Parts: sequence; structure tokens; C-alpha cells
Amino acid sequence: MKNVIKLRKGLDINLKGTACKGTISMLKSKEYALVPDSFCGVTPKIVVHEGDKVKAGEALFVSKQYPEVKFASPVSGTVEAIPRGERRKILYVKVRADEEQQFLDFGSKDVNLLDAESVRKTLLDAGIFGYIKQLPYAVSTTPDTVPKAIFVSAFRDMPLASDFEVELEGNETDFQTGLNALSKIQKTYLGISSKQTAKALVNAENVEINIFEGKCPAGNVGVQVNRVCPVNKGEVVWTVDPACVIIIGRLFNTGKVDLRRVIAVAGSEIKEPSYIEALIGTPLSIVLQGKLAKEDHIRIINGNPLTGKKATMEDYIGAATSEVTVIPEGDNVDEFLGWILPRTKEYSTSHSYFSWLFGKREYNLDARIKGGERHMIMSGEYDKVLPMDIYGEYLIKAIIAGDIEKMELLGIYEVSPEDFALAEFVDSSKLELQHIVREGLDMLRKENA
Amino acid sequence: MSALKKILDNIRPNFDEGGKLHAFKSVYDGLDTFLFVPNTTSKSGTNIHDAIDSKRIMSMVVIALLPALLFGMYNIGYQNFMAAGTLSTASFWSIFLYGFMAVLPKLVVSYVVGLGIEFAWAQWKNEEIQEGYLVSGILIPMILPVNCPIWIMVIAIAFAVIFAKEIFGGTGMNIFNVALIARAFLFFSYPTKMSGDSVWVAKDTIFGLGNQLPDAFTCATPLGQISQNINVPYSMFDMFTGFIPGSVGETSVIAIAIGAIILLWTRIASWKTMLSVFVGGGLMALLFSATGSSHIPWYEHIMLGGFCFGAVFMATDPVTGARTEAGKYIYGFLIGAMAIIIRVLNAGYPEGMMLAILLMNMFAPLIDYCVVQSNISKRMKRLKTK
Repeated sequence: MKNVIKLRKGLDINLKGTACKGTISMLKSKEYALVPDSFCGVTPKIVVHEGDKVKAGEALFVSKQYPEVKFASPVSGTVEAIPRGERRKILYVKVRADEEQQFLDFGSKDVNLLDAESVRKTLLDAGIFGYIKQLPYAVSTTPDTVPKAIFVSAFRDMPLASDFEVELEGNETDFQTGLNALSKIQKTYLGISSKQTAKALVNAENVEINIFEGKCPAGNVGVQVNRVCPVNKGEVVWTVDPACVIIIGRLFNTGKVDLRRVIAVAGSEIKEPSYIEALIGTPLSIVLQGKLAKEDHIRIINGNPLTGKKATMEDYIGAATSEVTVIPEGDNVDEFLGWILPRTKEYSTSHSYFSWLFGKREYNLDARIKGGERHMIMSGEYDKVLPMDIYGEYLIKAIIAGDIEKMELLGIYEVSPEDFALAEFVDSSKLELQHIVREGLDMLRKENA
Repeated sequence: MSALKKILDNIRPNFDEGGKLHAFKSVYDGLDTFLFVPNTTSKSGTNIHDAIDSKRIMSMVVIALLPALLFGMYNIGYQNFMAAGTLSTASFWSIFLYGFMAVLPKLVVSYVVGLGIEFAWAQWKNEEIQEGYLVSGILIPMILPVNCPIWIMVIAIAFAVIFAKEIFGGTGMNIFNVALIARAFLFFSYPTKMSGDSVWVAKDTIFGLGNQLPDAFTCATPLGQISQNINVPYSMFDMFTGFIPGSVGETSVIAIAIGAIILLWTRIASWKTMLSVFVGGGLMALLFSATGSSHIPWYEHIMLGGFCFGAVFMATDPVTGARTEAGKYIYGFLIGAMAIIIRVLNAGYPEGMMLAILLMNMFAPLIDYCVVQSNISKRMKRLKTK
């Protein structure tokens, strides 16, 4: 018997440029880079030097606090550069790939015969333990945590998000092995959408399946945790990206760290939005080669338009990147008297724009904020798109005020910045809610350390 | 329009720091964002945004207020011509134009004074000009009697903008409704100019328009007459359409209803607050007429005075009202109930809407506190039962 959970709140934003499933080609690059910033909460400590030879699966850096948490190289090759930014911050570790790839062999294992400790140890040794995230704080988890549950959300519903079923095709066995491995550590919950039909999801074993019906952000793992098994103070829940479950499964089935993932290249500024297969660490210049409809006044996003980071061609596919999106930047658009004209091309949840006259259609939105930052004027805006038992507006105010006790009482342990992405989108006061939540989480993490 | 944008861009350096006209930077920014949607793009967080911004929200409220304002103008002319007995010979336009000329100076002065203070304040704090006064500026002349002298309106606006809004942090931070504070200030400081029998009908000719009424002419509002136990000489139709004496914008239920539809359709006002004001007021009026304390039926209470106007445009002010969804029901209900209680039980105040809303403005944070606290308790309980 599967639980069906209906969510009434939320918002689906229909954007132009959804990736079409077709032949999925494997992209190859001469160089790859692992970016420490894509593992939130990890302070990296470099364990290689420029010129070192590494194999795929060998650690490039480790967590400073927990040196047993390693971060594996996606390819075998020579460490070419370890550039640093402000305050000696490591920007990325670049590896020039060998023609012939060599993998560090961790030995294929039958997960069913392993205990929780061996699974943890294998993940740590192979350098993919750090891909597991946790609530509270929405950071890369640490080995000293004992999760009360593990959550995997197998669907993405942010605008232009990649369809996980496309990614799953051909990787069903690895996905199930990954779920088996996680369920060895703790009870694992798999969240699927009511629209998904893939057998590997519907008939997944060793996990409790919850079916979610509703608009975005039903696919956010934080929302699913809040509905199924809310995080209380002092508790930890692990959350794992479904693509990472496949990578974990591959590790046990083949003994190799194979960081391949299927990525959607989407957005209105992409000529033919489609899926590609690439390793984590592939340069975006390779991903976007020949795909851009125009070269200037565009915004490249490492991720989806709501939660992704603004990027450049010099950036790399991050650990959590499931799509690369390109939309117009909009910095050259001057809309005359926009505050009063009917405006039919702009998307708004408010009926004060006449776009609603045209029914459901695809919008081509740019990256403009479209207004000035104000104090919170309208009430209840966040509540409409936050399907959690949380008073978002009051939580945000508590964070802005730096009131730690209030934040705890209002449920900050249950949220991650991405849960507030839609609230930030609809916010007429144009506040940077995800940034505010991140600051609040960092503040609490520091206080509780 | 690109030529206009080019001119604006060219003169921008003069207003930047170090520029000759830096003292007017907030004016320049205000004009720039008034003419063109800002094309600044997001740096972190969400890469796309809903097109709605506070300027659009405020403009929608102003648009929603226009039917009541235009009708109010006509009604001022109507009351003047009727009092002089020349209604049958007057044309629609001469009636409207008279009212228009009576209200226009108030509107202009309201915006000049209010926005002037806002501009100066924004410049002083080196902030962008905020749009809050767009709504207050039109609301204030609409909730005053037509004979309210402009000079005292200026004092009230200055008082309200500075002491009810700016010292609390500006738009979005005020505790009390700014327009109602202006009205309350006048109500208590200049009572003879704000209530009684002599302030509701315009008595002077304006540029030769309208009729000169004798100084001794008086005319109370229906609520004023009710409080003096005089039978109201107006029909239900008059009350509904609004051809009765009252503050400029408050008399017509139809015009206010059009505004309400605009506000609800655009989702700017909360239907929960609006509905519960009517429910609270209706039930309380029903109770009073059932017990014999009030000699007019409940629906007349709703239609007369500023009840509808307050329910649609004042109680729904998102900044000063309750912010939680559950809180909105309680907040609205208590405003409605309190307004009728003041009307019926306190003979000194024939109208209770202003005081009811201001009182509930004060209690809105408490209502929200209780609602949020129940969520906190739920979370604490979860921790204990674990």
C-alpha cells in the first residue's frame, strides 16, 4: 500500500525551452574540474598537488573537519591547476584527462550481504559520501551523524527541470542497488510523482514509497520530509539526489566511481533543448558548445531557473547539477510605464497583468528582478507556494532579526533554501529569500557547532 | 521610447554621488523607475521573478479607488445642486465638474504634501522612493467631508506621514493605517470641521460653477441623523447608489463594490479579511436590531457611512492588518463587530469604522502572535511526544 500525499499549495511555472528526450550523447572533454563550492558546508583540504597523476575515484580534496570524507576525481589524469580566490578559497581542482581512463577499483560488492557500517565505509573510501546531504542546515552530511531516515525524491518539478525518468532509463539496476545500499544504513523513503510510471520507481524495493500529487515544489525533498517525517531539533535526516543513488549503485555493482549523469540543457536561449550525458566536472563551455541561440545578454544557469546559480562558460557541472539552463539576461530591456500597462508577455500569479487572458502558455522570462526591494508589504504570498507546516514569513523575519530561538521554534531545521525558491519568485517585495535562509542556516550551524 | 531612456541615462551621472544634482537622486530614481521597469537583474537566488512589484500593487489599489472617487465627485455636485433646488435644470457635466473642482485641489495638495515629505525622507536616508503614499494620497481626500479646509488636511497629512509611517521605517513597517491616522488626527483636533451638520455639502460656487448656499444651511449624514433619533429621509436605492451626504468616497455601495471586485480579482486584497468584516458587522447589527438597541436593520448599517469603504479599502491594508490567514478572519470579524458597537452604543461617534480599524490595527500583531504560537506549540509537542 503506497501513501498518496496531496499538496494543494505550489506553483508550476511554464517556461519556454523544455528539454526534449532524443538520442542522448556522451560529452567528452579534455579537462574536468571538481568544485568544492558545490558541496555545501564543506571546507576543502587539498590532498593532491599540481602535476600529480590521479585515477578516477581517487580523492582530490577532503573535508577539513572530517578528513575521512573524500571527494573523488571524476576522471583519471594529471592535476593541472588548483586556483584560489579571495581569502585563499579553493575555487576548483582541474584535472587533464588521460586518453585511456583508469579507475581505482573498490571491488564490486553484493549490497545485500553488507552491513550499514561497510556501506558507509565504502561510500567514504570511494569519495561519494559527501554527495549525501542532510537536514537540518541543508549541507553535505558528516560521518558522525546518525540519520533517523533517508529520503530520496525521484522527481524534479522546478521549471525546465530534467525528467528523472530519462536519466533512469538504462540505469534501473544501479538505482535499485543504490536504494538497497541506503536502506542498509537507515529506513529509506522514496518520493515519486503521481505522473511517473517507470517500473524501477513504482516497484522499487526495500524502500517506503510515497506518491506526491501537486504542483512544484512537491518534488523538493525538504517538502517531502516535512510531510512524512518532520525533522525535530537534534535529529538528522539524510537526503540523496536520485542521480547520486545511481552513482552509489554503480559503485557497488562495478567497483568503480563513475560520475556520469544525464543533464538537461534547456531554456529559451538554447537552440534545441535536449539531454546530454556528461561527467560531473565537465566544463559548461563543452556542454553549451553550438547550442546557444545568441551569445550576449544571456544568463547561463548552473541548475534550474529558480534554484540554480548564475554561471559563465568557465564554470563546471556541479555535484548537484541536473540541468543547465540558458535564459535571456534582460539587462538591455527597457519597458515603458510597466507599472501600469496591461503587459501580456509577463508571467505573474497576480491577475493585475493581462497575461491570464491568454490561458496556459509557455513564457520566456528573463533574469530581471522587475521591481525594487521593499519591506514585506503583501501578506500570505509565501504561504501560497510553501506546502510545509511552517509560517514562512515569520521565519524569514526571525532570520533577518537574527533571533535564533525564534528561528528554531518556527521550524528552521526543516527547511533548505530551495524550499523558499518559489516564495522568492512570487515575492512582490523582491527580497532574496534563499540567501536569507542560507544565512540563517549558517548562523545556526555555527552556533550549534 | 529609447530616446527618452537615452536622455535619462545621459543625465544620470549628475545625480550619482559626487554629481551636481546628487541632492535630488531620489527624485531621479523615482522618475526613472516610474517611466521604465528597472532592468537590474538578480545576482543570487532565483534567476526569474514574478512581474508583480509594489508599484503595480499600489497602482491597482488606486485604480480600484477610482470608481468611488469619480462617483464621489459627482455626488458632491449632486448634493450642492439638490440643496439649491436646481438639480432638474443642471446637466450631468456641470454637476460632475463642480464636484471635480471641489475635490481636485485636495487631491493635488494631498499628493504634493505627502510625496514631498516622502521624497525628502528618502533623500535624507539615501533610499529609493517607496510607493506607499500613492494609495494614502488618494485615500485621504476620499475619507474627508467635502468642506474640510485644505490647510488642516495639510497638517494632518504631514502628521500622519511622519509620525504614523516614516518614524516606523516607512512603507511596509507602519503599525496604523496612514490615511486613517490622518483622519483620526483631524477628527480629534478639529471636530467641528469633521463632523456635525455643516460639513457634508459644498456650499460655495467654484469658478462660477454650482450654487452658493446660505451659511446657515445644514445637512447631517444618515448616520448622524440616526444617532439623533431622526428618521433617515433616504431610500434604499439612494443608500445603495450613494446619493446621500457623506465623506467624498464613502457613499456609493456600487462604486465601492466595483473597487472590491478589482481588488479581489487581482488578488491584492484578502477576501478573508473583507468577508469577515461584513460578517462581523452584519451579525453585530442583527444582534442590536433584534434586541432593539438599534432602530435600523442590519443591511442599512452595512450600507451607510464608511462601513463598505472601510471594509474594502482600509481593513484589507496588508501592512497594518493581520498577516496570517487564520488571523485575517478574526481581525476582519472584530473590525466589523467593533464598528457597529461603537456606532450603536456610543452616541458621541455616529460612525465607528475609523476607530474600529485603528483599534484592530493595534491588535493585529497580537492575533498573529496567537496563530503563529499555535504552530510553534505543535512543533514543541512533536518534540515531547517523540
